[in-house]
Amino acid sequence: MSVEGIGASVVRKEDKRFITGKGRYVDDVRIHGMTYAAFVRSPHAHAKVKRIDPSEALKMPGVVAVLNGQQLADDKVGNLICGWMIHSKDGSPMKMGAWPAMAPETVRFVGQAVAVVLAESRNQARDAADAVVVDYEELPVVADVRAAIAPGAPQLHPEAPGNIIYDWVIGDEAATDAAIKSAAHLVSIDLINNRLVPNAMEPRAAVADYDAAEDHYTLYTTSQNPHVARLVLSAFYNIAPEHKLRVIAPDVGGGFGSKIYIYPEEMVALWASKKIQRPVKWTADRTESFLTDAHGRDHITHAQMAFDKDHKIVGLKVKTHANLGAYMSLFSSSVPTYLYATLLSGQYVIPNIHAEVISVYTNTTPVDAYRGAGRPEASFLVERLMETAARQLKVNPAELRRKNFITQFPYQTPVIMAYDVGDFNASLDAAKKAIDYDGFPARKAKAKQEGKLRGIGLSCYIEACGIAPSKAVGSLGAGVGLWESAEVRVNPVGTIEILTGSHSHGQGHETTFAQVVADRLGISIGQVAIVHGDTDKVQFGMGTYGSRSGPVGLTAIVKAMEKVEAKAKKIAAHQLEASEGDIVIEDGQFKVAGTDKAIALPMVALAAYTAHNLPDGMEPGLKESAFYDPTNFTFPAGTHICEVEVDPNTGKTTFINFVAADDFGRMINPMIVEGQVHGGLAQGIGQALLEGTVYDDNGQLVTASFMDYTMPRADDLPSFNVSHTTTLCPGNPLGIKGCGEAGAIGSSAAVINAITDAIGNDNLVMPATPVRVWNAVHAKQAAE
Amino acid sequence: MHETTYHRASSVDEAATLYAKGSEARYLAGGHTLLPVMKQRLASPSDLIDIAKIKDLVGIEATGDTLTIKAATPYFDIATSATVKSAIPALAYLISLVGDPAVRHRGTIGGSIANNDPAADSPAALLALDATVKTNKRSIKAGDFFKGLFTTALDDGELITAVSFPIPAKAAYAKFPHPASRFALTGVFVAKTKTGDVRVAVTGASQGGVMRMPAIEAALKANWSASAIDGVTVSDQGLMDDLHGTSAYRANLIKVMAQRAVTAAG
Ligand SMILES: Cc1cc2nc3c(=O)[nH]c(=O)nc-3n(C[C@H](O)[C@H](O)[C@H](O)COP(=O)(O)OP(=O)(O)OC[C@H]3O[C@@H](n4cnc5c(N)ncnc54)[C@H](O)[C@@H]3O)c2cc1C
Repeated sequence: MSVEGIGASVVRKEDKRFITGKGRYVDDVRIHGMTYAAFVRSPHAHAKVKRIDPSEALKMPGVVAVLNGQQLADDKVGNLICGWMIHSKDGSPMKMGAWPAMAPETVRFVGQAVAVVLAESRNQARDAADAVVVDYEELPVVADVRAAIAPGAPQLHPEAPGNIIYDWVIGDEAATDAAIKSAAHLVSIDLINNRLVPNAMEPRAAVADYDAAEDHYTLYTTSQNPHVARLVLSAFYNIAPEHKLRVIAPDVGGGFGSKIYIYPEEMVALWASKKIQRPVKWTADRTESFLTDAHGRDHITHAQMAFDKDHKIVGLKVKTHANLGAYMSLFSSSVPTYLYATLLSGQYVIPNIHAEVISVYTNTTPVDAYRGAGRPEASFLVERLMETAARQLKVNPAELRRKNFITQFPYQTPVIMAYDVGDFNASLDAAKKAIDYDGFPARKAKAKQEGKLRGIGLSCYIEACGIAPSKAVGSLGAGVGLWESAEVRVNPVGTIEILTGSHSHGQGHETTFAQVVADRLGISIGQVAIVHGDTDKVQFGMGTYGSRSGPVGLTAIVKAMEKVEAKAKKIAAHQLEASEGDIVIEDGQFKVAGTDKAIALPMVALAAYTAHNLPDGMEPGLKESAFYDPTNFTFPAGTHICEVEVDPNTGKTTFINFVAADDFGRMINPMIVEGQVHGGLAQGIGQALLEGTVYDDNGQLVTASFMDYTMPRADDLPSFNVSHTTTLCPGNPLGIKGCGEAGAIGSSAAVINAITDAIGNDNLVMPATPVRVWNAVHAKQAAE
Repeated sequence: MHETTYHRASSVDEAATLYAKGSEARYLAGGHTLLPVMKQRLASPSDLIDIAKIKDLVGIEATGDTLTIKAATPYFDIATSATVKSAIPALAYLISLVGDPAVRHRGTIGGSIANNDPAADSPAALLALDATVKTNKRSIKAGDFFKGLFTTALDDGELITAVSFPIPAKAAYAKFPHPASRFALTGVFVAKTKTGDVRVAVTGASQGGVMRMPAIEAALKANWSASAIDGVTVSDQGLMDDLHGTSAYRANLIKVMAQRAVTAAG
């Protein structure tokens, strides 16, 4: 390992510009003649749009135009799509209602755009947007899933009777029912997986620039996957063919999934820029982020887990209602199905699993993938069940898990996934040791003397990353392939540019990707530049989500590097008059093994471009590309253990300790991995303790600002104790599993398991705010 | 934000004159309440009269039995002032809990009490310490100053110049922060005057804004100890009920925080 190679905790190259305020985000883009867009948004959760009167707005200073949804339709701009087909158990395809980028007839959630004002300044646009008069006829609202599927509920879309999008099943129901029927012990649970608002630090933004001379569009946008954005804008929304549309996602300040999707505002900006023949900028404010960024989670679940007399699990039956909001966002259909129910086996041998998922329309903001996407919901369910089972069976929660661990790999679960490798005992042991699990009873007794309630909770999670083998996801309904591309350009002086379809919006790719290249060639990361986020530079790519940039994106780079290295070795061998098979790459040199003959990388590169002395028939140049399609998902796994203290007088939870022992396979930069874990844990703990999204009966988002929606802050969180156990992933050459989401996937259950242990009451809903915990403590006391 | 005209006043009189000239003028101190509201387009003053740079409005002094804090003194200066810490340490502590460092470097005690947010911290200190609010026209006792949610005894254009606090024998503040906003979900300020009188003020809990708690005051007057409050019943009538706290929960917090404050006061 070189000092900057694989396994080195190199300081992030990109941080200098980020922490000195030199990052370039979409809102930093200014184009001559630029106008500003402000959207007119519905204050109602469900209403008919009777009339839009822009006449007062058009008279206001600086106003260039007011455009509406009817004009979009007249210009044949397509409706938003959902790119993953799910079929119901009766074989029928999912029922998708139309989602126009601006509503010409009906609005179905608060904040949905009905018109857009374009003006010379942002404030002028906002003032004029307030002056656009919209007559609404209010319709009955349903914001709650259970109410939405009740008979007589208001209907959102004519396409979806009963507001049901699909009723999907996986697994063997008869076998699972039989296992449950004959079980020695049955544990039941009812859970809510609370809706979350992603709240990336940078709000969404777009700068759209139509060039009439070339009939060409450029879109700067806050995207995790600019190529997918271009594909969708071009193929489905009819904005422009791909060669007439350049999409640039420059520095992007966090996404967590919410910037995967193509939203109404970005496409309206593009369309409007041609209509008014001026560039258009739109930057969301925080309220717009709360109201219109796709939310996450929002499940209601009933589940039963059956055990035999030896406490081995014999069956798991799950029924989940998933709230997808008012419209189907780009990947919304896959999140509560293939990204959720396929992980219900957890780390355990469960011979029979059956899950039914009913996805439902409500008058709320659309819901889609958010850090973890489906897997946090699965892991929360399985780990709450295991903990509850241990309490009901009166056995040690760690030992109940251990007894049921999968220990033989590969392991085929009953719900599609085939786990390739893992060592669940190793991470459980590491976490138990780190938190001194065996010393807990003594600590609990001591806390009790001080009037405090101590609790400890485990979560042994597994998840699936590296999405995904294109053929497999294609067979499950995905509308895209989930490979990744890379191109390696060695410049004539030996510096290297790596073009990747992965997109970095906080992950540190400029450092980790360079480390892999530097490691292979024995050069410094300073000689390697990572190019991403621009459809004119990188030919194609699928972007960053699902912890795929390591296992998939980096593997594509390795595949392209292998081709470059093979050609460079041929050139070196030719120059050194040696045999190609004897050339080894070390310290930036191509050496003839066992001799002192060597030629440096820059000389090889120069030779490739001068082409004065290349092997006969060899093309000049040193540039190769690769597309890599993974062969399987990867399976990061680990154990989180949380120890808390609850103040019974106020319901306040204080962290005593939080340990995470994770298996991510090979780590390129352990410091960056640790940072990803910290961020993920903050979000998982945020879900468990702090973040609650509340709609009232009128479909108004009550928690639409940071005054009511509790974002985790540093002092809400413990100092994390993060460690690793490693089994290398056999599915990719680097052995990487991925680390971006695990923290958010495993931690919520550990926190709730700890608090419920402390207060002796399992009836506790996330987020476990002080008032809820206090109520649960009192309910327990009243019951006694 | 809507358009507005910004003025920087250099004296109290100039501020008042500028205010009178504007069609819908507002004083601007730290701006940590007013500017967010303007950004949300919920307020659109024609003129903003910045009073933060008026020399007569900034400063802290203690004379004999009274601590005086001028209206535009930023929180940070109050929380770190040796004078405040020695005269009324509970006040320095209360101010150190307001918002975050950015808020404390800008926000002022005058702005806070003029705004009279029902969950703000400072009003509890003023009410429990029986402070006097000085304005460019008169002096108003804290008990007469706070008039319910976001309402005060101030006339239109009346400018707070200072707050003066009688220095108590003992005092302490205990705050249970709102999880999201970090204002007081319930905060209790207890004070025992040098003549043995007890005043207890609660912020964050009542639908009517900051209030006194006569039952707790009586219990503490009889016996200044946390256990004296054990037997007091706090009704949840008239208390706020929202996502982060039911009225019953707030009633409980009033008791628990009062007990913690008494313990802290010693
Ligand atoms: C992120 C954040 C967190 C916060 N957390 C807390 C908290 O934990 N606890 C808490 O108590 N507060 C909190 N606040 C509010 C903070 O204390 C405000 O700064 C304070 O309420 C207002 O003071 P200001 O000087 O900023 O007033 P400004 O915003 O400048 O003015 C507020 C109002 O008072 C008027 N005004 C200002 N000065 C005078 C005067 N001298 N005479 C007459 N009228 C005047 C103004 O015209 C305006 O109407 C928080 C604020 C923010 C932004």
